[in-house]
Amino acid sequence: MSAVVELSLKDRILEILSQVPDPEIPCVSVVDLGIVREVRGNTLVITPTYTGCPATIAIEHDIRAALDRAGLSRIKIETTLSPPWTTNWISDEGRAKLRAYGIAPPVKGAAKHSLRETPAECPRCGSAHTEEISRFGSTPCKALHRCLDCREPFDRFKCH
Amino acid sequence: MTEMVRAEENPLFHHALRLGDDALILGQRLSEWCGHAPMLEIDLALANIGLDLLGQATHFLNLAGEIEGKGRDADALAFHRDVLDFRNCLLVEQPNGDFAQTIARQFLFSNWQELLMREIAAAPEPRLAAIGAKAVKEIAYHAKFASEWVVRLGDGTDESRVRMIAGLDWMWRFVDELFDPKDGAPSLRPEWDARIAGTLAEANLELPKPRRGAVGGRAGHHSEHLGHLLAEMQFLQRAYPGATW
Repeated sequence: MSAVVELSLKDRILEILSQVPDPEIPCVSVVDLGIVREVRGNTLVITPTYTGCPATIAIEHDIRAALDRAGLSRIKIETTLSPPWTTNWISDEGRAKLRAYGIAPPVKGAAKHSLRETPAECPRCGSAHTEEISRFGSTPCKALHRCLDCREPFDRFKCH
Repeated sequence: MTEMVRAEENPLFHHALRLGDDALILGQRLSEWCGHAPMLEIDLALANIGLDLLGQATHFLNLAGEIEGKGRDADALAFHRDVLDFRNCLLVEQPNGDFAQTIARQFLFSNWQELLMREIAAAPEPRLAAIGAKAVKEIAYHAKFASEWVVRLGDGTDESRVRMIAGLDWMWRFVDELFDPKDGAPSLRPEWDARIAGTLAEANLELPKPRRGAVGGRAGHHSEHLGHLLAEMQFLQRAYPGATW
């Protein structure tokens, strides 16, 4: 019986958090990004993306507020660093949302090869004829690229 | 002095403090480039690297405070210690100089820090290992960025080459401290040497001439530059102790 109750609480929390957007990239939720790791009893475990990402504190506040609004003030939030966050945890749905938003999603399963990425696919015209302008972009998780066909610059979510 | 005695009684605290201070001071130094870098992309890159380092510093200093058990967190350690109580290596507190000198410092440091964090990620202390495993992924980017610029400047124009040589020559005296047998990581030296030599060969540069290494940062004996850096970094908390957003 308690297992059934636990499962539904977990589902409910995930449903609530799938409505909490990332403060820097609002097209994806904290669940899409893989920031939400697990629900253990009355504890929600989250993990930061980059150690210095300024959105980390805002994300925790937003999650707290969403849980409180849903009457789940009793759920505690715990932050874990291990295992370290990887872009492999970004869901397929999240990748599709990033692409639609104009950000090339990270290559799946390539976090190991993050420093030798294949050319990004332009999120506007779909061309793979692109080049990196700068490995560091407007947020820690993104790099600047440019499409050599449609000539548009775009962000790419770095494999990490 | 009392700080030093306490640190020696508590090696894990001292260890976390050194790691945190290295990252904090270099992160602060890099932030001085914000709005002044030669190109927008470099401005973004240096600010991003600085931000990663500040994130790592926060984790290491919070852990140091936890180990110490006297109620100090990362902010207390960053803003309420004076220069003699900092335990960072001398390399990270050196002034930015020109872009080549900044790149030289980053090149020597990030290549060392990457090897060090890889080792710490496999260390038995789980809290240190967790921070190390997370940091090493970020530092790989820093090392690559700095190494690429060493090649670009060293193998670039006559002017960029002269500046790159001068930058490396200035920073080279602070390398030995990173591998100090007491407070450093001597076992990492061969791999670090090989990496540095490989990039310098690609850049058509020679290894800087050996110099007598400057040491002392790990014991709180800093160059005059650190005090000036702290004066700016700590100003607000000194003028308005305990102020929060």
